[in-house]
Amino acid sequence: MNDFLPSGIQLSYLVASCLLILGLKELGSPATARRGNRLAAIGMLIAIAATLLDRGVVNYTLIAAGVVVGSLVGVVMAQRVEMTSMPQMVGLLNGLGGGASTLIAMGEFWRVMGTSQAAALDGTVTTILSVLIGGITLTGSLIAFAKLQEIMSGSPIIFPLQRFASIGLLVLFVVGSAFLIAEPKDSTVFLILVGISLILGVLFTIPIGGADMPVAISLLNSFSGLAASAAGFVLENNMLIIAGALVGASGIILTQIMCKAMNRSITNVLFSAFAKAKAKVSGGVGAIATEKVVKSVDSQEAAMMLGYARSVVIVPGYGMAVAQAQHAVRELADQLDRLGVDVKYAIHPVAGRMPGHMNVLLAEANVPYPQLYDMDAINPEFEHTDVALVIGANDVVNPAASNDVDSPIYGMPILDVEKAGHTIVIKRGMSKGFAGVENELFFQDKTMMLFGGAKDVVAQLVVSIKEL
Amino acid sequence: MAETLIAGLVVFVLASFIGFEVINKIPPTLHTPLMSGSNAISGIAVVGALLVAGGNDLNVTTVLGVIAIVLAMINVVGGFLVTDRMLQMFKKKEARN
Repeated sequence: MNDFLPSGIQLSYLVASCLLILGLKELGSPATARRGNRLAAIGMLIAIAATLLDRGVVNYTLIAAGVVVGSLVGVVMAQRVEMTSMPQMVGLLNGLGGGASTLIAMGEFWRVMGTSQAAALDGTVTTILSVLIGGITLTGSLIAFAKLQEIMSGSPIIFPLQRFASIGLLVLFVVGSAFLIAEPKDSTVFLILVGISLILGVLFTIPIGGADMPVAISLLNSFSGLAASAAGFVLENNMLIIAGALVGASGIILTQIMCKAMNRSITNVLFSAFAKAKAKVSGGVGAIATEKVVKSVDSQEAAMMLGYARSVVIVPGYGMAVAQAQHAVRELADQLDRLGVDVKYAIHPVAGRMPGHMNVLLAEANVPYPQLYDMDAINPEFEHTDVALVIGANDVVNPAASNDVDSPIYGMPILDVEKAGHTIVIKRGMSKGFAGVENELFFQDKTMMLFGGAKDVVAQLVVSIKEL
Repeated sequence: MAETLIAGLVVFVLASFIGFEVINKIPPTLHTPLMSGSNAISGIAVVGALLVAGGNDLNVTTVLGVIAIVLAMINVVGGFLVTDRMLQMFKKKEARN
């Protein structure tokens, strides 16, 4: 009987791990995704239930309190959050996971400190690693959350010697780790290490601009998994190691997809703000855009162009998300459909602030997913398209990415809207995209600007098209 | 002691490979749900938090553990529920056509 319980717990962990793996697999296909998510949730439930039977777990009052409070907050958050705010939500949840892993490592450190037994070397090393990854995940995600929630500016924040500060802190961390390994119960050194990790997370995220957030969020997602794994090493718990590794892998895959979509390496995304700052200093203010003219149209004229077109491709971007215009856009597509116009949506992989951001919003507005085309599928079609309607997108349709070698976004694959018969761009003003570059698309002959907030303008279009 | 560390490493590396293989091809439509779903899984830290918080007396360790439980439970419950909410919308696609 004595052996039965520990073996039972380990076997439950095995079952839970299998469920997590199956769940992730099913999350990869639209038909099974929902079931996959549930399988993973069941796996999690089994893991939690099994852990409660562990011999070391005796104090159920505190645990129950923690579980109830956490679950309630989780339920409320999940129900209240707007679909447009999904990137923030994921960012915040990532941070909480990282924070939990850090606290686990800290708690374990204090437990070992309180005992008379000597701390083992590998225990110390894994604790240090766990604090480092968890700490970076926590503050890095919180900064990403603050940027996405617009509590702080979304543009890259850099200050002089920032890189040296980061490198200096890393060196300090290594030195501190050496101290801790020599003197494994020194809580002052340990707390300094925790502090450094937290600062590193901040320094890691503040130079990343809004448009690069899909990469940052994916990477932090991966980190939150690695943090859980590291905590698993500290506690010598396979369940944590396995689940953490799965999340770590999925986050890295998404990071790769995002980087590929921007044709940039991960280091370029993470550190490009520094390079850009230098370029700005040397290049000065460009003399461009002084004499160029843009054509603007009003909504009635635009409605006419759209209503009498044969085919229209809608290109949504972050502006649509900010304006919460997805429902209006769907209504517009319905009206066009009624007039016999062929409507498609072109989704750039990094449109929005997280991977798949636009897909979620359009799904919320009930747009059938066969109408959503990814970049490779839609680009050959622009030639046969009468009107491309760009709603709140900028850098992902900037031709400079393919023909201006000096442009900071050069090399990024874009949606070829300029090949369409006409392009209508809905935009609030002539401000630049997040990459901070002028968009020559706006100045082309075939391009018409329709100024205004996305939601209002699209609503006007709907009214005008109804009258056609 | 190094044995347990190495055993852990073996598990970690193999699980990473499984993760890469299982998720390898994922349509763009599901990027966000995959991210929030896997995010919920990273809330597995709650298992560790339970072990840390389960001690008998109230001390620094158990307090840290309980805070960790709260954070990880928000991550787990919030993550799975919001993913389900999203995927529910994806299901409604046959509404037209």
